[in-house]
Amino acid sequence: MSNTIKVSVWRGAKDGEYQSFDVPRQPSQTVLDVITYIQRHIDPTLSYRFACRVGVCGSCSMTVNGRPRWTCRTHVDKVATDGTLTVAPLRNLEVVKDLACDMTTFFEKMNKAEGKFHPTKTRDDDFAFIKPDDKKRKQAAAGIECIGCGVCYAACDIVDWNKDYLGPAALNRAWTLVNDERDGGNAIRLAAVAGDAGCHACHSQQGCVEHCPKHLSPTHAITGLKRETAKAAIKGLLGGGD
Amino acid sequence: MPGAQIETKLWVWQRLSAAVLGVCVFVHLGMIIYAVQGGLSAAEIITRVSGNFIWFVFYAVFILAVAVHAPIGVRTILNEMTLLSPKATHLVMAVLCLVILVMGFRAVIGLYQAGAGL
Repeated sequence: MSNTIKVSVWRGAKDGEYQSFDVPRQPSQTVLDVITYIQRHIDPTLSYRFACRVGVCGSCSMTVNGRPRWTCRTHVDKVATDGTLTVAPLRNLEVVKDLACDMTTFFEKMNKAEGKFHPTKTRDDDFAFIKPDDKKRKQAAAGIECIGCGVCYAACDIVDWNKDYLGPAALNRAWTLVNDERDGGNAIRLAAVAGDAGCHACHSQQGCVEHCPKHLSPTHAITGLKRETAKAAIKGLLGGGD
Repeated sequence: MPGAQIETKLWVWQRLSAAVLGVCVFVHLGMIIYAVQGGLSAAEIITRVSGNFIWFVFYAVFILAVAVHAPIGVRTILNEMTLLSPKATHLVMAVLCLVILVMGFRAVIGLYQAGAGL
């Protein structure tokens, strides 16, 4: 193992350039460790975003050697096979500065996909009893661990060419709620996720599945949404008659 | 989402027509093996399959499936890859559907009549 690693880091916003740094190598060093070292010891003006450092918060995602990754759980020796690192902001999002992206659009699309819970009971009602092996419970459980890191959104080519496309994370979130027995918002949710900026825009290229650090399958969720919206459309429930 | 109902219905139609086409293509390839035994020629095909009502019905279904499937797909590609408006791509879809229906049924009816001696 070389004593240092050569790191190219994106500096600027939409317009900018890569700046090179030499960073000392450490055992079990993560990409986030490398970026943090640059900011604390070489250039304090470097902007990036992180919080938990342990793969829970989803805020430290960046493009590492061309692939979107969660940097806090990405070990340097796994990705810097030729001894170099190139770190850039996530694709498909507006860059605020250096490695920090504006996540507003990403989270707005969660709302557009009706990714919020629509309760059907009050605090005075009893708990909903759902068996662990319930089919819909399993479907919801398969997608519920999303940490909102934006890696799937950056990996998706459809988001790249269709800026209105809701994206894998928002559709995955919608699918978990479609399968939530306690939720009463499916009528508006299915209408929100159907169409050429929703689940029907997905080409099943599975870039999201390939890159999701939590090993979720948004493609599976989107396929489920296509099935449920089809049933709703046949019944004429997607609104408007348009 | 605007157009959710129509977009989803078009998706359903394309999937259903794809299922029909899957069977049709399989049978069509089988028919080619059956009909073309002495080199690929119009005479060879007409001799073996024309005038047969079952083949007529089969190819009529085939054309209907193509007329549904292909225009919806072309519309989607145009929506994604060009700057044409949704109205324009809708029009292209309708025109393409008509062209496939006219050309397809012209061929199928011609093939059937050739064998029926009409």
